[in-house]
Amino acid sequence: MADVTFDQSVIRTTDGIPLKVKLRRTTRLNRMKAIGLVAPLFIFILITFILPIGDMLLRSVENPTLSTYWPKTMAALETWDGTGLPDEPVFATLAEELVTTKKGRNLGKIANRLNYEQVGMRSLLSKTARKVARLKQGPYKDAFLKIDKRWGKTETWAIIKRTGKPITLSFYLTALDKRYDTQGNIVSQPEFKRIYITLFLRTLWVSLLITVLCLLAGYPIAYLMATLPVRTSNLLMIMVLLPFWTSLLVRTTSWIVLLQTQGVINDILVWIGVIGDKNRIEMIYNMTGTIIAMTHILLPFMVLPLYSVMKTISPNYVRAAQSLGANPLTAFWRIYFPQTVPGIGAGSILVFILAIGYYITPALVGGRTGQLISNFIAYHMQKSLNWGLAAALGGLLLAGILVLYWLYNRIVGIDNMKLG
Amino acid sequence: MALPPYVGPIGRTWHYTLRVICGMIFLFLIAPILVIIPLSFNAEPYFTFTQGMLTFDPAAYSLRWYQDFLANPQWMLAIKNSFIVGVSATILASGLGTIAALGLSRSYMPYRTFIMGILISPMIVPLIITAAGMYFFYSKIGLAQTLLGLILAHTALGTPFVVITVTATLVGFDHSLTRAAANLGANPTRTFFKITMPLILPGVISGGLFAFITSFDEVVVVLFLAGFEQRTIPRQMWAGIREQISPTILAVATLLITFSIILMTVLELLRRRNERLRGIRG
Repeated sequence: MADVTFDQSVIRTTDGIPLKVKLRRTTRLNRMKAIGLVAPLFIFILITFILPIGDMLLRSVENPTLSTYWPKTMAALETWDGTGLPDEPVFATLAEELVTTKKGRNLGKIANRLNYEQVGMRSLLSKTARKVARLKQGPYKDAFLKIDKRWGKTETWAIIKRTGKPITLSFYLTALDKRYDTQGNIVSQPEFKRIYITLFLRTLWVSLLITVLCLLAGYPIAYLMATLPVRTSNLLMIMVLLPFWTSLLVRTTSWIVLLQTQGVINDILVWIGVIGDKNRIEMIYNMTGTIIAMTHILLPFMVLPLYSVMKTISPNYVRAAQSLGANPLTAFWRIYFPQTVPGIGAGSILVFILAIGYYITPALVGGRTGQLISNFIAYHMQKSLNWGLAAALGGLLLAGILVLYWLYNRIVGIDNMKLG
Repeated sequence: MALPPYVGPIGRTWHYTLRVICGMIFLFLIAPILVIIPLSFNAEPYFTFTQGMLTFDPAAYSLRWYQDFLANPQWMLAIKNSFIVGVSATILASGLGTIAALGLSRSYMPYRTFIMGILISPMIVPLIITAAGMYFFYSKIGLAQTLLGLILAHTALGTPFVVITVTATLVGFDHSLTRAAANLGANPTRTFFKITMPLILPGVISGGLFAFITSFDEVVVVLFLAGFEQRTIPRQMWAGIREQISPTILAVATLLITFSIILMTVLELLRRRNERLRGIRG
């Protein structure tokens, strides 16, 4: 029998496996168990949520229309150097594909896509397709030039060649009020077409204003609730939580009821004689309506973090300051206020993040002037059907939100998020 | 907070000014809810108080908008859809969320922060972006305009609340209890249902309630994903505000307020039970 000598320096478990190995195995097993528990939800969120968002972001740079329906023309245009006019073969291929896409009812998609780049392309294409169909043979170049003199311009061809690339930044450029000029350089849109930068700035400005209003209204009541005895403050808390739990649409409806020209507030003002029946104040279906309703809806998100911070501040500090000779204002500003800054930070960023992506309330009470960026995303999704632009606007908004959220995580910490 | 005797006249004035200001802010918070309830009993099709209502004339009040609501098949369909979607999404979200929270709260979990970030992202991303993304994607895979699509979407939106509340409940969880159960011969399933589950139940239920409210009140995703047949209560209200504005909406609103008061009470009772069980407060 061979001598089996155990290395005495290695500690073993009862089944003879070195402790180190056993520990590693157990740790691995436990880790697999933990991953196994998280995996179902992780995969679920990945499929139902992350993939759709990724798909949308892809759509903001994707540009399949021309390369799908006009593959030969796009291939023929590859050889064109972008100066002067393309040669006869390009015209011939385009003529052929104009006819086939018209027959296949896909010309409209191409025409729409090109029309986003240059207004007038839609009519040019349908007119040309109609006339080209009657041509029996070439030379096509002269025929095209006869149909419309825009075919003799380099820029028309430059637009087609550029739009034919399967990946494009043009939606993002449009979303930032820029465009490609005929040479393919990035330039600003003409003055009358610049809307999105203004819209982004307006959204930022309105969100900031709503955050400040929420802070101004939330600070005093959070302070009052934090300093009152528990029984009273719990009663007051119900007044904060009830709107918080009430349906968003219910609250928006009631603001319409309150603020409209034939509504409750105007009626009261007329009744007590502050304003005449003729000049009722327009408080809704404009920016004022959006701001009032959104401040109301987001106020609990400011009050709750403020309250939870203020609740932990001992009143002794302020008393000590006053007994050392500070007047109440100094005691508040130098002693109490700095201790509430974490609550102010948490509440403000939360309200700002929520305000910047808000859709429902501006859509219902904002009228024409109270629309924010998300309303334009919805507009391009549902009305103009320019999905690429909607996706690009969404991508920019998402990037902004993620930066803000990263900030929130740095300041407050994701784990400290409190609900209700 | 009674005023201490050393406070001077300025302090006294300020004290009462603050209370008046706070009173006005509380009025601002509660006014919309206070106004909508009496107006839903208006006998006239107006959105404002009539002369009769102000003098408490019984003839000026009626239940006609409630009858209107109950007689309307579209509203009944909306209620049915809302409950089907809400309840299914809540069950799915509570199940998936609770299991994931159990895994996340184990110290062996790798990349915890990253995974947590992904799991709660549906709460962070603005709804309009979520809705836009889902609209494209769900149309591609044939889930748009189906109740199943809505249920999956609302489950995704609801899970962050379950994950957060259950993880918070598990922070104070005493793991020696499960070890003791295992030591006494219980298998993991039995340990889970007999030991872990009763202790984290308040967290699961309050997370589930949040998920339910989220689904029940959600309209942006519904606007994009649902067809006419899948309309939910908020979608129907949206149509009511946008298209044919009628005081029936006020009746529905009042019912929803009552409903949210009930849910709020349940949640508060659960919170108290949870604190008592975990011995945070006596």
